[in-house]
Amino acid sequence: MSAARTGRAAWLLQIALFAALAAGAWWLAGTAAEEMRARGIRSGFDFFAQPAGFWISEGVFEFDPAESYLKAFAAGLANTLRVALPAIAAALLLGTLVGIGRLARNPLLRGLCTAYVETLRNIPLLLQLFTWYYLLTAMLPPAAEAIELLPHVFLGSGGLALPWVADGGLSLPQRGGFAITGGAHLSPEYLALFIGLTGYTAAYIAESVRGGLQSVSAGQRQAAAALGLTPRQTLRLVTLPQALPMLVPPLANQSLNLLKNSSLAVAIGYPELVSIANTTLNQTGRAVECIAVVLAVYLLLCAVGIAIAHALESRLRHWERA
Amino acid sequence: MTPSPPRRFPHPLAPLAALAAALCLHALPAQAGATLDAIKKRGEIACGVSSGVPGFSAADDKGQWRGLDVDVCRAIAAAVLGDATKVKWVPLGSQQRFSALQAGEVDILSRNTTWTLTRDASLGISFAAVTYYDGQGFLVPKRFKVASALQLKDADICVQSGTTTEKNLADYFRAQGIRVKPVVFEKFDASLKAFFNGRCVAYTTDASSLAGIRAGEAPNPDDYAILPELISKEPLGPAVRRGDEDWLAIVKWVVFALIEAEELGVTRDNAEARLKGKDPAAGRLLGQGEDLGKALGLDAQWAYRAVRAVGNYGEIFDRNLGAGSPLKLERGANALWNKGGLMYAPPLR
Repeated sequence: MSAARTGRAAWLLQIALFAALAAGAWWLAGTAAEEMRARGIRSGFDFFAQPAGFWISEGVFEFDPAESYLKAFAAGLANTLRVALPAIAAALLLGTLVGIGRLARNPLLRGLCTAYVETLRNIPLLLQLFTWYYLLTAMLPPAAEAIELLPHVFLGSGGLALPWVADGGLSLPQRGGFAITGGAHLSPEYLALFIGLTGYTAAYIAESVRGGLQSVSAGQRQAAAALGLTPRQTLRLVTLPQALPMLVPPLANQSLNLLKNSSLAVAIGYPELVSIANTTLNQTGRAVECIAVVLAVYLLLCAVGIAIAHALESRLRHWERA
Repeated sequence: MTPSPPRRFPHPLAPLAALAAALCLHALPAQAGATLDAIKKRGEIACGVSSGVPGFSAADDKGQWRGLDVDVCRAIAAAVLGDATKVKWVPLGSQQRFSALQAGEVDILSRNTTWTLTRDASLGISFAAVTYYDGQGFLVPKRFKVASALQLKDADICVQSGTTTEKNLADYFRAQGIRVKPVVFEKFDASLKAFFNGRCVAYTTDASSLAGIRAGEAPNPDDYAILPELISKEPLGPAVRRGDEDWLAIVKWVVFALIEAEELGVTRDNAEARLKGKDPAAGRLLGQGEDLGKALGLDAQWAYRAVRAVGNYGEIFDRNLGAGSPLKLERGANALWNKGGLMYAPPLR
């Protein structure tokens, strides 16, 4: 059989498989819709235009209960990204440092980094979130009695309040009756989630980084030493550039895991996408629709993440060749 | 303190399981009478309860389920199967409860569930009766010196998701022109823990549950107060799957029989004597003379067995929520209609 014919057969097989999958999904959706109708269960996505009627306590933009469920989902998605993107950046930074530290010649630093990795990756993330949340709420005074760390920087069980730019000027947090008003405000739910996701994912990233660095052949390091490069120069000029393209897939994986793990926030009350979907599901009873939207959004986010990772990887490989 | 029931800890994406269940709908009986036949064949009723709301449905330290919602299921089991113990208890989270009923995982949902238009008309379920008239209230630590809900401006308020609570909260404070910040938890325990750890200025849910929470979960009940405002109507009652009118009628009339029994003064202890007594109404209820059971597809003594198993509505209330319970709730709106309350059974004849 010629190579062209094998290629064509493979294509046909893939198309047939895809068609079968699509038909299966279509059949499932059709049966579900029909059965739901027969049972008097209303379905459809029309409810997205209805007013949501609930408040979202924090977010990138203000959400009013008179606005639609669609807008509520958008606010939930924005909240997911608001915690996931900074946490991914922080986890990549922390994980890389710890991963390099795992190979340090200083035994104290190496031991500390090993302890960090082994502790955080062996405790379930949910437990870590509960622990951080407990520390941030039970151990701190209520908002009205919040500790003033620096002038106008308050920390209490209501969260962290910082001065922030608003309306062209600087908005300073002030003590109110039951809350700190003004400035930027990070809730304990947000902080616990951010710290928990960052710490947990950084442990995995550290292991990937260590593995990546060790996979660069010893000859490269020896050659660098023979040229008189210091260990730091070796890392910066020889090992890291060669390890980086190999590191992209595992690190992209960990970043996407972090994004998906952010849905654990429902346990500690952070209003991200799944939390908003839960509330909507209960107010409208449209379980199938709400879950389908959440699935689609995560799928889409991950697809975008993977596309970015692929672009980055081919770029890095290009540099390597250049 | 109320014993802590076994608690389930589903994954945040637990509704997925509900989705899978909803997709299996076609395997279920839909025509009238099918539910009763299936129950008789199975020999037990599958009753959806909460995973632990004191006074309504919670397992005690011996693993026995107790509460008003639980006794409703026992009464139905006694009426239908002749044995109040033939109940399979299915603890359900607030997100899974409707899907579980729709998918046939339970025959009856007796889980402090509020009867609303949307739920009754669009979820493929039917509410049978009201077993408790509730309203949403607030629990606050006394040290904040809050006397009214109207003082809660800018306050963080802890709430469990998957209930009617979040919307009521927004409705009430929007009408008052006050902004508050709900902190929404998926799990009941998590929301309570956060509140008692000092995360919020107030905790909000149905007033009956607040009494249970204050008595049973607070580190020191005297440090907490329930605010006077009730901000919503929460009629709680059992619901069944749509499409089987016979089963709906059975559930509805067992509840009415328990209310009627209280009105007629028929109790667990005197039911036997009243069965043979002179009062025709009591005789009819208990199966002496006229046979009301036949119309429901049951035998003549269905209501007798229900009352013998759990007592009349008043007895159920006292034992689980009222003077005979740790909650010590007043009858209030749940008194009989001729004693200033709303409990009223259409005539059993």
